[in-house]
Amino acid sequence: MKKFIVILMLAALGFYLGQTFYELGFGNARFEHGVKDSYLEKTVSDLHVANTVTSIVVNFRGFDTLGEVTVLFLAVTALGGILYKKRHQTGARSVLFSSSSIVRSGSKLLFPAIILLGVYVFVHGHLSPGGGFQGGTIVATGFLLMLLAYKDFSVSHNVLSFVESFAGIFFVLFGLAGFIGGGTFLENFMPVGTMNDLFSGGIIPIVYILVGFKVAAELTGLIYTVLHEKD
Amino acid sequence: MTYLILIFFLLLLMLAAAVYSIVQKDLLYAVIATGVISLVLTVLFYLLQAPDVALTEAAIGVALTTIIFIITIRNTVRHEDDYNKKDDLKSAIE
Repeated sequence: MKKFIVILMLAALGFYLGQTFYELGFGNARFEHGVKDSYLEKTVSDLHVANTVTSIVVNFRGFDTLGEVTVLFLAVTALGGILYKKRHQTGARSVLFSSSSIVRSGSKLLFPAIILLGVYVFVHGHLSPGGGFQGGTIVATGFLLMLLAYKDFSVSHNVLSFVESFAGIFFVLFGLAGFIGGGTFLENFMPVGTMNDLFSGGIIPIVYILVGFKVAAELTGLIYTVLHEKD
Repeated sequence: MTYLILIFFLLLLMLAAAVYSIVQKDLLYAVIATGVISLVLTVLFYLLQAPDVALTEAAIGVALTTIIFIITIRNTVRHEDDYNKKDDLKSAIE
């Protein structure tokens, strides 16, 4: 009897969910005339930005980006909270990879190039593919290479947390400044300039540079914490 | 037509790497296979004209996730069967 009621309720729930999704109308009709036309039009005419993905992620859907950054921050904080007690008091490395002299010399050679590529990707986020997340991850990969190759390479946790909180606070402040200039959160309030210039697109490059610094600091801290975990 | 064949071949490669990573008992090889999945996925995203997503997948899927898994293997055990033999690991988890 109990099972029968459960099945009946599940069937009713499934029926109403299915009906709702059917009435939403996913499909071609939705794609022909939708919000995408307005995005494509406004990206070029209002914002003067070449990369539509960037303009959607930072400007039209900027609040979502703030949510993503917050999720990453919470994940890294939770990991650090779990592993913090088990860390060595002296701060010694618990995971060591033996590296040959070829690896050491090669990573010393590649490290500046990787950092430069990462910075290029997030500074040029509004002109070419990529952006804050991608560039920040590339920068973190460079630090990862150095941490794996050298036993005594270390990054300061204080500097990382300062960079992270600085970038996060300024992201929110720039979002709040949109209330003064435009009226909504993360509204563009700066001059947009000419298209395809480095200094164009209003707040988009500034926000992406801040996101890049934040993501790079978070992921470097994550790798550093994992490498110093005591088993 | 060649485009379709290329995409089909890449999808098949991804599927093969995924099956290999499940079947393989050596966890290091399994992690490398998941890295191969991400690498092929990066090429697919690029072919489907999504370079932004391709960059993300290359940086996070190929580099960071693989390395974090390798560090984890380094800290625990490399072979799947060793898990039951190592008692101190069990007590550490509990």
